[in-house]
Amino acid sequence: MKNNLVMGTGNKAVAAAVKMAKPTVVAAYPITPQTEIIESIAEYVEAGEMDARYIPVESEHSAMTACIGAAATGVRVFTATSSHGLLYMHEMLHWAAGARLPIVMGQVNRTIAPGWNTWAEHSDALSQRDTGWLQVYVSTVQEAYDAALMAFRIAEDNRALLPVMINMDGFLLSHIMQPYEMTEPGDFIPPISLPHAIDMDDPHGYGAMSPSNVHFQFRFDMEKAQRAARTVISETEEEFAKRFGRRYAPVEEYLCDDAGVIIVAMGTLGKEAEVAADILRKEGVKAGVMRIRWLRPFPLDMKIQGRELVVIDRDYSFGFGGVVAGEIQARYPEAKMARIIAGLGGQEVTYDDIAEFVRTRKIGTEYWFGIAEEEQ
Amino acid sequence: MYEIRIHSRGGQGGVTAARMMASAAVKDGKFATACPFYGAERRGAPIVSFVRIDDTPVRIYSQITRPDMVVVLDPTVMETVNVLDGLKKGGIVFVNTHESLTFPPEFKAYCADITGIALAKNMFVAGSPILNTPVIGAMAKLGIFSHESGKLAIQETFSDVRNVEAAEAAYNEVKL
Repeated sequence: MKNNLVMGTGNKAVAAAVKMAKPTVVAAYPITPQTEIIESIAEYVEAGEMDARYIPVESEHSAMTACIGAAATGVRVFTATSSHGLLYMHEMLHWAAGARLPIVMGQVNRTIAPGWNTWAEHSDALSQRDTGWLQVYVSTVQEAYDAALMAFRIAEDNRALLPVMINMDGFLLSHIMQPYEMTEPGDFIPPISLPHAIDMDDPHGYGAMSPSNVHFQFRFDMEKAQRAARTVISETEEEFAKRFGRRYAPVEEYLCDDAGVIIVAMGTLGKEAEVAADILRKEGVKAGVMRIRWLRPFPLDMKIQGRELVVIDRDYSFGFGGVVAGEIQARYPEAKMARIIAGLGGQEVTYDDIAEFVRTRKIGTEYWFGIAEEEQ
Repeated sequence: MYEIRIHSRGGQGGVTAARMMASAAVKDGKFATACPFYGAERRGAPIVSFVRIDDTPVRIYSQITRPDMVVVLDPTVMETVNVLDGLKKGGIVFVNTHESLTFPPEFKAYCADITGIALAKNMFVAGSPILNTPVIGAMAKLGIFSHESGKLAIQETFSDVRNVEAAEAAYNEVKL
């Protein structure tokens, strides 16, 4: 065992990375559905291992509000939440992104009630898709750790200045224990320098009325920042690989070069799909996997031409379809895909099931895994 | 890939046992994951946890349905749960019991009185005997990971030396 390898959960890994990134303020609602991320950070602060102001508040709405206030002063800010907690933040998520505050959030993807269910699903984060936050979905404990380190640098880059949401699957990743390598980031994350930070010597008003023309420009600036974030993310991931040897891309490809059929998924399903691709290859099926990591900004250079896609959505937009499949179809109108809805409410989906999705794929159709054929 | 399913009751330390097993395997230079199955978990209810050990990083998150090994920390679980469900032919079943149990001949069965070891060392947490550290010694004897790595995994989790002593005792008690 390498000395710097530790066994830990996704929750613990994110907390450990945040400790390394040295935020000045962590504000969070500490009770259910809060995660162990905040519990660990509270312990670090209490033990004097982390020099941050930890602000426990009475709701997730207030947690994000406290983060916004702190971030506006130009300091590094972190929070974490999950499922209903994220939904309760909704209004302030728009605020954080609209005010161009580079807050970083750990987000554990869990199902929304009713009925009560605490297992993995992506509907919580995808229902915040249009708030302006950058969204990354991770698939291993190591990736959760690394994504948290990179998130601060990406969010705080003055070309982006947008908040980052790090998404990991509830229980499947938040509670699994895997070995991961701790990394001392050194100057990988430069000191934060927020150009519009509150300056007591040069007071300005915040949040004033913005007439239509100004507001319209604000919104276009946010979109420009999302576009610029593609460059910032690529540069950051390249620099991370150079320094620490672990390489990531906005879309992780597995055996895609000669693939005729590609499984597309996010999070742990995208990782388990690699095992399905291995099985299919042994059967003579040239299968590959594209695991979408960054959903916002949405990847525009997926090499899907001439391939069939099997897109797995662990979410659903009712009256429309799976969110990821819909986004791919919108951006790649020529895409030929079979749309699979699977894993909602923590539904068990194995690599064998994923391989079967590929074997039985019907291009142009939507299939709800586990629902009888005549009901589809 | 070597897959282990651990049967215990909520509060008996089955999840921590899984973590120490995975950690011991990683110390041996392997890759490993440990995960609990989260259901309507409550103290005393039968629960399962999983350990996967492989020579390459583990990419599977779904539950183990065809284990290579089954570990039964609490034998009373067997009254309501078929612990042999899905166990591969030739697979190992290890049960914490002072009784001598018989299992179908297609499995390799081993028993040791882990509870007796914990009681002899007066090891309790919240009124229950500590089972998850002696079982690490039993697992080492069965060749799942090295005895040395097992003891290191215990030491990084528990500072009380009795835990390692209990693992030693279990290592000696399991007869191959």
